[in-house]
Amino acid sequence: MKARAFSYARPSTVEEALETFASAGDEASYIAGGQSLVPALALRLQAPQLLIDIAHIPALRGIARRENWLRIGALTRHCEVLTDPNIARYAPLLREAAPHVAHPAIRNRGTLGGSVALADPASEFPAMMLAMGAELEIAGPQGTRRVAADDYFIDLFQTAIEPGELLIAIHVPAVGPHHRWAFDELARRRGDYAIIGCGMLGRFAGDRIDEIRVAFFSVGNTPVRARHVETALTGGRLGPDSVAEAQASLAADLSPPDDEHTPAAMRLHLARVLMGRLLGRMMVTG
Amino acid sequence: MNAPLSFLDRPNSYIGRSVPRPNAKRLLNGQGRYVTDIVLPRMLHAAFTRSPHAHARIVSIDVSAARQMPGVRLVATGEDFARICKPWVGTLDHFKGMKSPPQWPLPIDKVVWSGQAMVAIVADTRAMAEDATEAVQVEYEELPAVVDIDAARSTGSPVITPEFGDNVCFRGVLDTGGVDDAFASACHIIEEEFRFARHTAVTLEPRAIVADYDPNEPRLTVHHATQTPYQFQDLYSRHYGIAEASVRVVAPDIGGSFGMKLHVYHEDMAVVGLSMMLGRPVKYVADRIESFVSDIHARDHRVRARMAIDAMGTILAIDVDDVTGIGAFSAYPRTSAIEGNQVIRLIGAPYRLKNYRAGLQVVFQNKVQMSQYRAVGHPIACTVTERLVDLAANKAGLDAFEVRARNLIRDDAYPCESPTGYRFEALSHEVCLAKLRTMMDYDSLRSEQRELRNRGIHRGIGIATFVEISNPSPAFYGVGGARISSQDGAIVSITPSGDVRCLISVTEQGQGTETVIGQIVAEHLGVDRDRVKVITGDTEVTPHGGATWACRGAGIGGETALQAANKLKANVLSVASAILQDHAGKLDIRNGWIVDASTEQQRIELAEIARLAYFRSDTLPPGTQAQLSVAHHYAPQGYPFAFTNGIQGCHVELDAETGFVRILKHWVVEDCGRIINPLLVDEQVRGGVVQGLGAAFFEECVYSETGQLTNGSLADYLVPMAFEMPDIEIGHVETPTLDTQLGAKGCGEAGTAAASAAALNAVNDAMAPFGATISQLPMTPARVLKALGHI
Repeated sequence: MKARAFSYARPSTVEEALETFASAGDEASYIAGGQSLVPALALRLQAPQLLIDIAHIPALRGIARRENWLRIGALTRHCEVLTDPNIARYAPLLREAAPHVAHPAIRNRGTLGGSVALADPASEFPAMMLAMGAELEIAGPQGTRRVAADDYFIDLFQTAIEPGELLIAIHVPAVGPHHRWAFDELARRRGDYAIIGCGMLGRFAGDRIDEIRVAFFSVGNTPVRARHVETALTGGRLGPDSVAEAQASLAADLSPPDDEHTPAAMRLHLARVLMGRLLGRMMVTG
Repeated sequence: MNAPLSFLDRPNSYIGRSVPRPNAKRLLNGQGRYVTDIVLPRMLHAAFTRSPHAHARIVSIDVSAARQMPGVRLVATGEDFARICKPWVGTLDHFKGMKSPPQWPLPIDKVVWSGQAMVAIVADTRAMAEDATEAVQVEYEELPAVVDIDAARSTGSPVITPEFGDNVCFRGVLDTGGVDDAFASACHIIEEEFRFARHTAVTLEPRAIVADYDPNEPRLTVHHATQTPYQFQDLYSRHYGIAEASVRVVAPDIGGSFGMKLHVYHEDMAVVGLSMMLGRPVKYVADRIESFVSDIHARDHRVRARMAIDAMGTILAIDVDDVTGIGAFSAYPRTSAIEGNQVIRLIGAPYRLKNYRAGLQVVFQNKVQMSQYRAVGHPIACTVTERLVDLAANKAGLDAFEVRARNLIRDDAYPCESPTGYRFEALSHEVCLAKLRTMMDYDSLRSEQRELRNRGIHRGIGIATFVEISNPSPAFYGVGGARISSQDGAIVSITPSGDVRCLISVTEQGQGTETVIGQIVAEHLGVDRDRVKVITGDTEVTPHGGATWACRGAGIGGETALQAANKLKANVLSVASAILQDHAGKLDIRNGWIVDASTEQQRIELAEIARLAYFRSDTLPPGTQAQLSVAHHYAPQGYPFAFTNGIQGCHVELDAETGFVRILKHWVVEDCGRIINPLLVDEQVRGGVVQGLGAAFFEECVYSETGQLTNGSLADYLVPMAFEMPDIEIGHVETPTLDTQLGAKGCGEAGTAAASAAALNAVNDAMAPFGATISQLPMTPARVLKALGHI
């Protein structure tokens, strides 16, 4: 199919982008890497009258450490997530998740900000925002604000970003020497949307878990933090018993949809299996 | 140095060599010329408004708004086509009692599947045409959709074509007699119910067509992404009433077909009519979503099967019942009954089997048409047979190789006939079985399996033996009244420079047909391969023939080329003998030179003969009329089909907690007779295996209860990808057919025929410690988890 006709604007600053959007009303759409939007346009699932191409705004680029936070510009491409040394060191969960994001051609163009702004509940990166306790820097007509990942995901493809606002950067608390992390997913084919995926990041004192965040994707309308699991694990030693306890409490955290290809019971079963394996890996890592 | 010379050491010896494809570099450089690339002056673009319902009466169609849209040149509905196009009916005479409703390019009173083309728009660009499709207003009265094959046959089910009284397109029965007695005396009886999903071809290049009607002569030229240009020349001529000689169908570079590109599609027929209405070229290229809802789907079977064995594991009888869903009508012109017919005729084919009974029901439903796709019927027959054989082995306490060794037709038993009437000239099951065992290092795999099971790693080993139909005679279609040729034609010429042109009716879709034909012509004529140009796929240029389908290109097309080359060689030698004043019988051609046959001494160059013949005929001896072009046709005679055979092995690892299966390795031993190009044969087999593994693990067209295809995109419909595919090791046994000089049989479907059967047996083998079994393809993680009792 062919996209419907649209106009195209290419601002060079965030302010210009916001103004362009405001003057177009609700008929505009920002475009960055275009790896989700362009197929949607071609399928005529979306038909904005104006595309505002933000890919040439320098302020949206760059990866820098500031004190205990890593600031990752929204235009950082998936392939850069895969290779950037600061991300590998301070936000390793992103690095672990990146190879599972689609295929190389898509990773060469798709942006981290685009993925987080779209908030596809089956995508890897949005869920990692929860697991890492990231904060999202959002620019709007009233200025710039930071939203905690826990407050960011609202519903299916719906986030704290208001119409016309722009996600400009992702702030990630830098991991330290006492952190352990694990990521994996179960996908029918490499690069597909996963049937289930999980990332976790914990701060350890020896074998004891002082703090842990466990996030799942492909479990519903948004990525989900498994808070009962986190409570069950926090303060205890990581071992076979606590893993079993965590697996038992997972049903309280997840209520996956019952779709015809993947029954809810299957997703919950796979979530338990996957989480058990990831916790097992963190035992080995420690 | 002192090794004896083999046939490969002769000059111009190409048959049996892995020579590269002359067209590969052009295609890999992105310089292919596909139908999509064709731009004609004054060309317009078609798009279609499609039915959102699986089954509905058309109450009204309002195209007035669409006609006003920018760039729109024509809006046409079913009635516009019914005035100029004769309807088609997808039945064959030799399937007694078969029925199917008449079809027109676009529907007139009702739609019968979701996605069916409803209204055609022709505009200056494809985007403009698509804009206008959204402005078409259709009022539907929704009817209950017939989706499930059992529901379709139940009394009280809605009937899609009310005149027929029921939803059964065709019933087939085979019965050798003796089945009930055999079951009564059996030591063990094995029963299983199998389900095979619908899947579809997903060619890299979608369907594409440019129809160019010139009302002045009149003449129709159709650039068509098809395997079978002559078949379409005939169909366009007869259905649109244009003299056959005025219809030209050109198949340029084709990006894969797999049987999908030889059926009549409504959009394609419509595009021809649109060009006639407008007197301008009209292009239509199916996009990926349109491909999913309009390309033929394949398979869709539910088979209930029983096997009786004695205490020694000898197969006594097989009794099967196959129900297959084909959509709302039978495909044209090859019908949708061939698939089921081949299922019931191929079950048990590799084995010494006397007592066999099979029932077939071909059922209408509100889905897109199901019809021939690579290895028509074979994977179903093979999977049913081979799973039953494995279950029999379990009952009799036999190993998978042992049970087959006891039951396969002996290699010295040929010629012989299957209980379903297939005549086998010569197959090689026993030697293939032995070769596979060695290639797999089977005993080591089994001991590794035992050891790994103790460590909680569950690997499975499965094998599947198969028989494949190739080189079909008119017994396939011609006897049923279809104007589909089983013969091929070639015109081979010497050019004035001494090069060779071969125009041949078999076609190229990327598998290397032209390469293989070039090898045969060069070898039999005695010239360098680089000097042979092979031209295919243009009804105005190449002689009429069957083209490429059902594994016939190398076997029948190759034999045609061989005989044509021999004929031309005789002509060349006749001229040479006149010039050289020597007996033709003492001369031969080597490397483009006429040589003395016994001494190989060069006498005169072929190019010099051509120069004299074309430009200085005055210097030839009186009475010499050089015939440096020959036209030759060849139709298979002797056996109605050249059956091939082989065996496959699959090694998998089951993650018993997640239900995911990793395919570790796959092996194939196949016997396609004389191998013309080993590299191309191996890659045909590998590609076929990948499609078989796709059916086994990934590919499935999923429909909702209301008949909506719910996974019609490449994100949701899973084609097998390189990452999930194993190394595929291939071995060969060569049993040439004696029906031809060439001795070649087909190899294009061998891989697909048995890959899913071997995979199913392997997964069941891996699940054995859990007492779990699976008999449904594809084997998705959900189905495996269910079999294992996790969900």
